[in-house]
Amino acid sequence: MTVANITVSETPLVLYTLRRADDALILGHRLSEWCGHAPMLEEDMALANMGLDLLGQARELYAYAAKVEGRGNDEDKFAYLRDVRQYRNLLLLEQPNGDFARTMVRQFFYATFADLYWRAMMRSSDATLAAIAAKSEKESAYHVRHSSEWIVRLGDGTEESHRRVQSAIDELWAFTGEMFSVDDSERGLIDAGIGIDPAPLRSQWLKTITGVVGEATLALPKNDWMQQGGRSGRHSEHLGHLLSELQSMPRTFPGATW
Amino acid sequence: MYTQALNSSEGEDRNVEDAARAAQFQARIDADERIEPNDWMPAAYRKTLTRQISQHAHSEIVGMLPEGNWITRAPSLRRKAALLAKVQDECGHGLYLYAAAETLGTSREELVDLMLAGKAKYSSIFNYPTLTWADIGTIGWLVDGAAIMNQIPLCRCSYGPYARAMIRVCKEESFHQRQGFEIMLMLCRGTDEQKAMAQDALNRWWWPVLMMFGPPDQASQHSDTSTKWKIKRFSNDELRQKFVDATVPQAQFLGLSIPDPGMKQNEAGNWEYSAIDWEEFKQVLSGNGPCNRDRLAARRKAHDDGAWVREAAMAYAEKRRQRATLQAAE
Repeated sequence: MTVANITVSETPLVLYTLRRADDALILGHRLSEWCGHAPMLEEDMALANMGLDLLGQARELYAYAAKVEGRGNDEDKFAYLRDVRQYRNLLLLEQPNGDFARTMVRQFFYATFADLYWRAMMRSSDATLAAIAAKSEKESAYHVRHSSEWIVRLGDGTEESHRRVQSAIDELWAFTGEMFSVDDSERGLIDAGIGIDPAPLRSQWLKTITGVVGEATLALPKNDWMQQGGRSGRHSEHLGHLLSELQSMPRTFPGATW
Repeated sequence: MYTQALNSSEGEDRNVEDAARAAQFQARIDADERIEPNDWMPAAYRKTLTRQISQHAHSEIVGMLPEGNWITRAPSLRRKAALLAKVQDECGHGLYLYAAAETLGTSREELVDLMLAGKAKYSSIFNYPTLTWADIGTIGWLVDGAAIMNQIPLCRCSYGPYARAMIRVCKEESFHQRQGFEIMLMLCRGTDEQKAMAQDALNRWWWPVLMMFGPPDQASQHSDTSTKWKIKRFSNDELRQKFVDATVPQAQFLGLSIPDPGMKQNEAGNWEYSAIDWEEFKQVLSGNGPCNRDRLAARRKAHDDGAWVREAAMAYAEKRRQRATLQAAE
């Protein structure tokens, strides 16, 4: 027996909230995959901690999306009963963990963006989004510190770590453009003072990234081609596998409460 | 490293025959005083504790694997967050215990190497697989429940750092145990399929959990001296009985049957359980449990795959130190 996907009434505010919730859930899930397998116990702790922060953010955002939508969906239905084409997260965040360098570069690119984004969202005219942003910003500030310290350590560590972290930057760079793009659905919310325009955040983001990458004796790629698609459900092949694992229980035991 | 600040253990070997010191040491134990890292202690006391604390630490770390097996498949976001936090707690216990073991003069690296080489033991229970979500509930309810029975008395252990570590560990374990019981309660109040899942998990885990308390008292190697040194305050069989007596009413409350048809309550109120298959215990301890190879392989893989990260961190720290020295010289 299978369980049907839910339908979601994607009004601009529901869609906007779900996009941020999916970002947090998918990256949180990826980080949770490290638990028990990290390079040192201290990193098992840190990665689980950041994964928990992100899961917490996802749950608050899903709860708010459910409330705004008002059609009986809830955090678990959003997480467990939508398929790949209904997920709205950034492509960057569904990329597999790879080695520790790849995980740290993904974290560094996203957390640096998220920290600026949450800080801007604290001034949203939507009180719930502003409150979630205020809590999330404290967490992302730590994620930036943790990941940027690792970028420097790995870049300026050994030849092998330098090679690995540079390769991770080269591989993931093309996924960073999507963080700053805006579609019509978000434009209206931005004009209304509810949503945040990410475009003006890019120069500060790039400044932080360039500074850390430089200190780490690494370089950013020259290639400016950027992949898009996650926000409208056109994902990489990786997301389907992640979801088949994440959703296996509610899909196998329809209607059960855990 | 913390251990460098501590007295080395070399002196003790020369002094092991120092009857006066040994008597003084025992007098302190008898007076319920705590032994601290810099205090004189018999070499055998140091060795026993290093073995016990490090085995305990290894158990926490290997124990992350069977439960970690379900983090990515937890059936709700609330359960996922709770399980991730729980496994993170186990990691924290491991770190805390390695630090306690280091106060006795052996580094975490050396202790971990012994475990990875298969030369150090960890709790046999973690060599069983987690096959369904109900196993996560059962581990919390029974495995953590058994761990608490074992560890509460260790909060009064004669060695200060271990006793203090146990106080914190026990607080978290008792939270985990309640969490596990709550998972079982949800299953037992759920669909027929969920109830069957809960019963199946109890059937598979019951006997291995009873084995967690160690061999029967007549066969235990370490008990006599450990009792004299107040490392151990209750015998394996005493703790096992306490655990069974506490657990039977909980199983009854859940509506689950303990897979021991011969079990009966005696006049004193204790639940008498049937004979434990110690051959299975021996096999699991000697490496033939269902998951021994997988568990060690997973720990070795994490260690090997992470080697370049640890090397990079060391290399970077060394570069920074050299740069600071150069700057200071300028």
